[in-house]
Amino acid sequence: MDGAENGEHSRKMVFVTVGTTCFDSLVKTVDSQQVREELSRKGYTDLLIQMGRGSYMPSKVSILVIQINCIACTNFFAGSGSIFETLRLGKPLIVVVNEDLMDNHQSELAEELAERKHLFYARPQTLHQTIQDMSPESLIPYSPGNPMPVVRLMNKFLGFPTD
Amino acid sequence: MEKDNDRRIWCFMLPVLVAIFVIRVLYVLYWTGKPIGSSKTHSLRTLIVLGSGGHTAEMLSIMNVLQNDIYTPRIYVAAATDNMSLKKARVLEESLMHQGENSGRKMIEAAQFIQIYRSREVGQSYITSVGTTLIAMAHALWLTLKIRPQVIICNGPGTCIPLCASAFLFKLLGLGWSHIFYVESIARLKKKFRRAHYVGCLM
Repeated sequence: MDGAENGEHSRKMVFVTVGTTCFDSLVKTVDSQQVREELSRKGYTDLLIQMGRGSYMPSKVSILVIQINCIACTNFFAGSGSIFETLRLGKPLIVVVNEDLMDNHQSELAEELAERKHLFYARPQTLHQTIQDMSPESLIPYSPGNPMPVVRLMNKFLGFPTD
Repeated sequence: MEKDNDRRIWCFMLPVLVAIFVIRVLYVLYWTGKPIGSSKTHSLRTLIVLGSGGHTAEMLSIMNVLQNDIYTPRIYVAAATDNMSLKKARVLEESLMHQGENSGRKMIEAAQFIQIYRSREVGQSYITSVGTTLIAMAHALWLTLKIRPQVIICNGPGTCIPLCASAFLFKLLGLGWSHIFYVESIARLKKKFRRAHYVGCLM
């Protein structure tokens, strides 16, 4: 990932986030030779990992960021809260589901969005394959939802004006 | 003789009390979920339950557009082990305050941010969960008594169960009426609920 031989004028960053959870298997997979090579082949030059509560320390990484904000990223590996943030930003997204967590409604959501072609969906074991096969241009932009109908319903129920 | 009298009183009182309670339960079940027509009050004390990650994001997207002069004062509750949710809620409330100041509207009451004991942590054994659930329930009862919310908004994190249960209990006992709005999460894909109002996509 530190190859700068092509004399690039643009850098493409992959941002990996696990939110507030512990997802060591993802961090390990991303840190593996296989995935790094795959990302490099796709033209990504920088890797930024937000480790959350994990304990696995990636090798050869010079920057470790704890907070997610204000970085122009090209990719996310994320949890349910970040998924819609990323979709709204319009960045290509790969969701890697944490199979160790009991409540896996997150995977249903990711699968559904992948079926609708809004993002790519992978498990830690299949991540390198997904990166190899993916074409970010094939993704369909996600149109955000709207909380107003909920608010209008509440107002109507409680007898307040609905405008 | 006295013992007979006591027994007779109880034989009379017990069915009466049970009948009153059953009528109260039926009354509450009937009126729960019924719109209340035009409102007599100008503002409603609102309890907002936050959960981890996705839950909080969805809740805050609602709070962003909810009229902050009607739903006030606002009390945000999150689990004690949830570090991020209350911080995010504070940021939202601060921006609402600034918006209010800039537009010259009257000062709204400041929001409160409270942490509640969690019934069960992810991966916790079910045996110890019994104890922690009881503690969480007691804490929820205490908070409900202290806050007396008129509106509760939640979207399904475990944190909301003791609070909603307390609110319902208070309804049954006639100690206050909270309108509970359960906003189903976008992550709930497979199940359809017969009595739900489907109004669109939140996120």
